[in-house]
Amino acid sequence: MIRCKTSKEIGGMGHSMKRKEDDRFVHGTGNYTDDVKLPGTLYMDIVRSPYAYAKIKNIDSSEALKIPGVLAVITGKDLEQYNLHWMPTLMSDTQMVLPVDTVMYQAQEVAAIIATEKYIARDAREAVKVEYELMKPVVDPFKALDSDAPILRSDKEDKKDNHIWHWEVGQKEETERIFQNAEVTVKEQMHIPRIHVASIETCGCVASYDKVENHLTMYMTTQAPHAIRTVIALVAGHVGLTEEKVRVISPDIGGGFGGKVPVYPGYVIAIAASFLIGKPVKWIEDRSENLQADSFARDYHITAELAGTKDGKILATRMKVLADHGYTDASANPSKFPTGMFSIATGSYDYSNAFMEADAVYTNKPPGGVAYRCSFRVTEAVHAIERMTDRYAHEIGKDPAALRFQNFIKKDQFPYHSPTGWEYDSGDYEAGLKLAMKAVDYDNLRIEQAEKRKKGELMGIGLSTFTEVVGAGPSKDFDILGIKMFDSAEIRVHPTGKAIARFGTKSQGQGHETTYAQIIAEELGIPAKDIQIEEGDTDTAPYGLGTYASRSTPTAGAAAAVAARKLRDKAKKIAAHLLEVSEDDLEWEPGKFSVKGAPEKAKTIQEIVFASYTNHPQGMEAGFEATHYYDPPNLTFPSGAYICVVDIDSDTFEIKVRKFVAIDDAGHIINPMIAQGQVHGGLTQGIAPAMYEELIYDDDGNILNGTLMDYLVPTAVESPSWETGHTVTPSPHHPIGAKGIGESPTVGAPPAIANAIIDALKPYGITHLDIPITPYKIFKALKEKGVLDKHIQEL
Amino acid sequence: MIPSSFDYTAPSSLDEALKLLQDLGDDAKILAGGHSLIPMMKLRFAEPEHLIDLNNVPELSYLKIEGGMLKIGAMTREVETEESIDVANHFPIFADVAKLIADPQVRNFGTLGGNLAHGDAANDQPAVMLALNASVEIAGLNGRRTVGIDDFFYGFYATAVQEDEILTEISIPIPMGLSGNAYHKVERKVGDYATGGVAVHLEFDEQRICTKAGIGLTNVNPTPLRAVRSEAALVGTSLNEEDIASAAQYASEDCNPSSDLRGDVDYKRHIIKAITKKMINKAKQRAFNN
Amino acid sequence: MKKEITLKINGEEFTEQVEPRTLLVHFIRENIGMTGTHIGCDTSSCGACTILIDGKSAKSCTLLAVQAACKEITTVEGIATTEGVHPIQEGFKENHGLHCGFCTPGMMLRAIELLEKNPDPTEEEIRWGISGNLCRCTGYNNIVKSIKYAGAKLRGDELPSTEPEFVE
Repeated sequence: MIRCKTSKEIGGMGHSMKRKEDDRFVHGTGNYTDDVKLPGTLYMDIVRSPYAYAKIKNIDSSEALKIPGVLAVITGKDLEQYNLHWMPTLMSDTQMVLPVDTVMYQAQEVAAIIATEKYIARDAREAVKVEYELMKPVVDPFKALDSDAPILRSDKEDKKDNHIWHWEVGQKEETERIFQNAEVTVKEQMHIPRIHVASIETCGCVASYDKVENHLTMYMTTQAPHAIRTVIALVAGHVGLTEEKVRVISPDIGGGFGGKVPVYPGYVIAIAASFLIGKPVKWIEDRSENLQADSFARDYHITAELAGTKDGKILATRMKVLADHGYTDASANPSKFPTGMFSIATGSYDYSNAFMEADAVYTNKPPGGVAYRCSFRVTEAVHAIERMTDRYAHEIGKDPAALRFQNFIKKDQFPYHSPTGWEYDSGDYEAGLKLAMKAVDYDNLRIEQAEKRKKGELMGIGLSTFTEVVGAGPSKDFDILGIKMFDSAEIRVHPTGKAIARFGTKSQGQGHETTYAQIIAEELGIPAKDIQIEEGDTDTAPYGLGTYASRSTPTAGAAAAVAARKLRDKAKKIAAHLLEVSEDDLEWEPGKFSVKGAPEKAKTIQEIVFASYTNHPQGMEAGFEATHYYDPPNLTFPSGAYICVVDIDSDTFEIKVRKFVAIDDAGHIINPMIAQGQVHGGLTQGIAPAMYEELIYDDDGNILNGTLMDYLVPTAVESPSWETGHTVTPSPHHPIGAKGIGESPTVGAPPAIANAIIDALKPYGITHLDIPITPYKIFKALKEKGVLDKHIQEL
Repeated sequence: MIPSSFDYTAPSSLDEALKLLQDLGDDAKILAGGHSLIPMMKLRFAEPEHLIDLNNVPELSYLKIEGGMLKIGAMTREVETEESIDVANHFPIFADVAKLIADPQVRNFGTLGGNLAHGDAANDQPAVMLALNASVEIAGLNGRRTVGIDDFFYGFYATAVQEDEILTEISIPIPMGLSGNAYHKVERKVGDYATGGVAVHLEFDEQRICTKAGIGLTNVNPTPLRAVRSEAALVGTSLNEEDIASAAQYASEDCNPSSDLRGDVDYKRHIIKAITKKMINKAKQRAFNN
Repeated sequence: MKKEITLKINGEEFTEQVEPRTLLVHFIRENIGMTGTHIGCDTSSCGACTILIDGKSAKSCTLLAVQAACKEITTVEGIATTEGVHPIQEGFKENHGLHCGFCTPGMMLRAIELLEKNPDPTEEEIRWGISGNLCRCTGYNNIVKSIKYAGAKLRGDELPSTEPEFVE
């Protein structure tokens, strides 16, 4: 399992080192964006649209401006003067900063108040009177392409419909032929619901523009500070905010999960206000604003089909996606991948043909969708294939575990070329599922289930054996707004042997201050506790694309290892110089070089570092620093085998997750404690959409659950006690063999839970239910099947 | 979220509070635990000009047994009813309900009086009070009056408490012989308002024949609802399966739920039926196990 | 019309003029400048703003500053003692009970009251006891573990292992 090459003192990879960042958090001295206090700060609040689709007839700010302390009410027309009323999205679509004449979704920004105090700004918000002329919104994405649907993006020249893009991949004709001739085909229409990251900290910023220096410091809740700096320069370069004049600081972040990747209008308005007034402007959104206006995730309608033989061999899959993007495509995907890595939807199974296509449409809903704890649409893909695998097993009456073993890509087939063009790096799917089945005592569970079914009790067992694709990504394919998706690390070791390392990523709770230090400790033998990690300041960190899509370990973690290896090479030269031997005569053990055959002749890394400043060899550059920009040769493919057991009350249909075992394979593990913590958290974010969370809109585009009273984030009571474990199949191309762990559980859990619930309901003819699966939804499904009376009689 | 401006007074006696209420008229609102009112003020759904805070009126906070009644001061916190031994001995239903009201922090401040005076059919305590056949004491400058719980809830957010009055005490008769009570609600997640909730209180004679039945329903009617036909179906019976089934059936037929995010009418009726049955059984079991 | 209030926060007395509508959480964060108490919602749902008032855990977003007059308030900044960290702080750090740290102050203060009332709670009691505090990062397993650890420490019992447990 996990072996450590370094001592506990050094604390390299494999040690469950306690987190270095925790002291400030348990003392309440963390520094989040809302904690940033600058002298003379002004406060911004935002007037939002109560309607989903309307013309703005008039904005009357006069009463608001009469309130003492109100300095300005900024509208789209004000920004238009500076050509700042529109901005690009990360998908090269366009998004309003503030509308000039039309609002496109409920809760859209309409005007911004700048005031001396937060409370005054809020009072002024209530005092701004906006006159609207209502229009009939497009809410249902299936109706967005109807010929009589209003054309929402009439701001775009030549736009004649609400279609955004079409995408397809795979073997269309061959797949079609297989489906026509297959012994068994199964098909389901499914919706992966529109959900929200709902990090406990909302979004916000303090924009501080110094008129004298013509310099902007932007403290903000962002997962990608460098990318934001570049976007600011692209949007506002023409008014003087060129990239060297912008410093983005991402302080402690209270959870990100992808929701803090986009540029929200609030940030831009705060910058504009600070730029015009010359004082710091703070904007922190309310929770309801956060839920109602910030980028959503998912919202894919998928027609999923699978063709196979009667005895359980998968032959082909076919998927058709309708993506509801709201009024603009504000996804955060790599440019060439409008539907992200959805094409991983062929799953962990060996077959040669698949065809997938997707169309995206505009509707009158908030823009998105972000990669919520998910490597760009992998969650949707995994849900589709894992749901269909169970569906197929049920159809032919085969145990879903046996069917999976039959179809798994085998250990010796890696690197494996998938029908949609991916090269899976490594995996051992059988080992993971075997371990999970042993942990839940699978065979006995099936016996128990059979007995319960005879008594009319509802018990279900659900599996999910998924493959993820993370670590975007290789520069030949992956960029965001043209910037290649490498990431970086810079290591500086001080003369006394202590170090600081800086990164272009940004932790939002993942524990980078500990895990990056452990990677460097592994490579250099300097104790992890002696290595300070710094992220989130564009003035000091090397350029990087940020933290999302489980990319930090695959990219920046690799950069740290490679940079540290550069330093170890240098250390070897210095050691040879100090010990007066040839480099070939030296051997390395973590923390020191010694002479082969004479272990007493050795130099510790600390001695070597000191020498690099005090006694370095002639001709060698002094100091002990290295930087590396890591361009991954391939993506990494973590996998997992999850099993969920549910009991459903046959009177009230309340669902209880009795047991959940998650076996992950993320390659080499840096810190087992932190990796496990990531899995725990991701699993709770998996049960959330599976059973509780969905953003719901009515026919007029009104959000019906825009607060945490109705958007049901699980508490410790809903969240079961998770059991986790791992198999270790290193990535062959990654410097430390790691694959990334943060998102597997969010991706893998929903289908395991859905499959378990549907397995419980299988005797009543139910083959599919869309998540979130609630007691109410079960009631409706049983009622529709006409089997509810049976239950009522049993009451 | 920030409330609009208001003035604030924290009187130290009930009389002082009543005088203030009379002087200020309908511009004033009473602040008890505040865990319904302050959120509404933050959303600016409520914008009172003046708050009269009862939290410094010690005479309204007590739990005592007097004259065969459990008497609870209106400002008694939910947590105190949850933790009181006296309450637990006679009314295990309080532990059932308290656990399901919002969360521990809210129960540290939320009061029983506030819960009732808010007049919200989605609150849990009204159904419990119906089941226990409580009465409510209301004070005005002209004196105090007692209102039976059946005459207390008028309509949406409206109760028998008039603008110049304050709810002061809740009295619950302590059952003499065999008795049991229980509450449960189906909720979307812990702390949520009920999709549907049922409070049941039962009393029995020596022969284990049901002599009294109180059944209150949560959030399935514009006002908290007494399931009258269900009660009648139980009294005089030994609560066999058929009796219980008819009581559950009546409750599901007599409630008037509305469709919302929690479910449609059919679902809520189904839930009420299921919980009514479960709670009658639980109350019965508690009565006979004590 | 501002009101003058005097109250104690973490043992220190403060006298301030506040508008009656000032929420206690804003008072603590803005007027006093202690930013360890966080704001995560506007509907009393998340518990990030949890503090202790006279020892009782409270959501400071749902109380007015004027209601805290003459009371003693404890925030995360006030729980460490001169001897070192509070057992609950140690519990969270040793058991990986936090990721982003945003919910942590509220979660710890809630746990302090929970352990005071129930020194040796079961897992079920802990889960219900923190049901007014949302955490989006940890999945709660290690928060439960942290609170159990702190309970053992406060009782003077042998401390449970802080090593992660895996299915083997």
